Amino acid sequence: MDDSLRELYQEVILDHSRHPHHYGALEGASHVGEGYNPLCGDRVKIYLTVDSGGRITNITFEGKGCAISQASASLMTDALIGRTAAEAERLMGGFLHLVKGEEAGGLADEDRERLEAMAGVSAFPMRVKCATLAWHTMKSALEGGDAAKSE
Amino acid sequence: MSAHAKITAFDPVAARAGFAILGREVYGRPLVYLDNAASAQKPRQVLDAMRDFAQDEYANVHRGVHYLSAASTERYESAREAVRRFLNARAADEIVFTKGGTEAINLVAASFLAPKLQPGDEIVLSVMEHHSNIVPWHFLRERQGAVLKWVDVGDDGSLDVEAVEAAIGPKTKLVAIAHMSNVLGTVAPLKEIVKRAHEKGVPVLADGCQGAVHEIVDVQDLDIDFYAITGHKLYGPTGIGALYGKRAHLKAMRPYNGGGEMIREVTREVVTYADPPARFEAGTPPIIEAVGLEAALAYLSALDREAVATHERDLYAYARESVRRFNWLKLIGDAPGKGAILSFEAEGMHAHDLATILDREGVAVRAGHHCAQVLMDRFGVISTTRASFALYNTRSEVDALVAALAKAQKILG
Repeated sequence: MDDSLRELYQEVILDHSRHPHHYGALEGASHVGEGYNPLCGDRVKIYLTVDSGGRITNITFEGKGCAISQASASLMTDALIGRTAAEAERLMGGFLHLVKGEEAGGLADEDRERLEAMAGVSAFPMRVKCATLAWHTMKSALEGGDAAKSE
Repeated sequence: MSAHAKITAFDPVAARAGFAILGREVYGRPLVYLDNAASAQKPRQVLDAMRDFAQDEYANVHRGVHYLSAASTERYESAREAVRRFLNARAADEIVFTKGGTEAINLVAASFLAPKLQPGDEIVLSVMEHHSNIVPWHFLRERQGAVLKWVDVGDDGSLDVEAVEAAIGPKTKLVAIAHMSNVLGTVAPLKEIVKRAHEKGVPVLADGCQGAVHEIVDVQDLDIDFYAITGHKLYGPTGIGALYGKRAHLKAMRPYNGGGEMIREVTREVVTYADPPARFEAGTPPIIEAVGLEAALAYLSALDREAVATHERDLYAYARESVRRFNWLKLIGDAPGKGAILSFEAEGMHAHDLATILDREGVAVRAGHHCAQVLMDRFGVISTTRASFALYNTRSEVDALVAALAKAQKILG
């Protein structure tokens, strides 16, 4: 198989897409965001709770999409739960660089390691939007509060 | 032997030689181009005609009295005549050049229907329409209170003439229907639809962007009011399409875009308009593209189109049979007599993942909603994968598709 394809659809990505972490609605979420990719029609909904100290205590997501978008959303929940909004912001910026194949400043080593599986997307420019959908949605949910929209 | 002698029967392998792009590789593998419903490749004749014309004869049309302008005008009007012949319209002035099928439909919406529309008036369209035959009507819903009446398709994707007829009521002002669905491949029973609509005094527009490629169209026999085509799916260039409209309709229609070429006289106080088709062709038209379109139509017309259609149907039948081994694959659209489009949903696999893997095998297919979200909704899917065949595709390319699908399933399934 094509190496870049093997890297894109590596086991950890397929695992996350088949058995996504933190999947489903979140009762009592403080922030909700909805994302839509007009290219393919995929939708994602992100729920999160931010405590009074500005820390993200929980994130869940719902939606149907390709393996890349589902895995990316699942990995994102793992990566961002427990972070402060400011930390999350920095990490999201780093992730966007990572999937575009750019120098991923802003990612601590352990985060980079955790998200490295998504780096294969950079060889597939047409699929970068699939990987970033949940992240953009997360960003607008954090910024806009309830029912933010993102494209 | 006459230069226009038909090649009887049809040899796709011989035809491929005229399409240089089909000989290229992608990712080190032979290209298998199965995205023809999105856009077809162009034969050498089209590319040569456009280059030769631009090199030797080009100037603006209908303006100068100089030699090249006259030559250019002649070629442009000759292209119009070629479209007339291709659709068997009565007269060349019933052919309006547009940017494409989308503009042709928008023109009918804005200039034919909008001026006569009252709030509550109805437009009948099917759920298998492309967005280009939906959104212009939504404009009229938003702006003028038109009501869209949707005709459903059967579970196999077939479109029933009775269902269309049943949707036509006393307030129906137009039936707008795809001749052939770009997702399902369903061919609408157009002649019968026109007959039933006309019995109720309702005009019919067909979106022929797919239909004109695969069916032999005779607008007089269909007695259809409007028929829209686009060049780039007909093995011609992008940037050009055409609207056929019955002369009486076109004559009664108000202008669309305003500008040069479409006027009779302009003063400080008033403007009077040219007769159709010039009335609807404001600005410098796609002249080089018109020459390319004529070459494409000449290319197609020199083939035995029945034999081409038989070849394409054979490809579909072969593909359909070949994918039966995949119990995870569900066809969307399998109506009798349908065109050569294989759309499907793959269990547990998203169309974009599938298409990415197919792509790396050299197989170009379309994944997504195909600008037909109403139809996706009808079948309860977000997207499908679509392999659409053209005259130059072969059975061995179907085999390549099937092998790539098996591989994708191994990776994703």
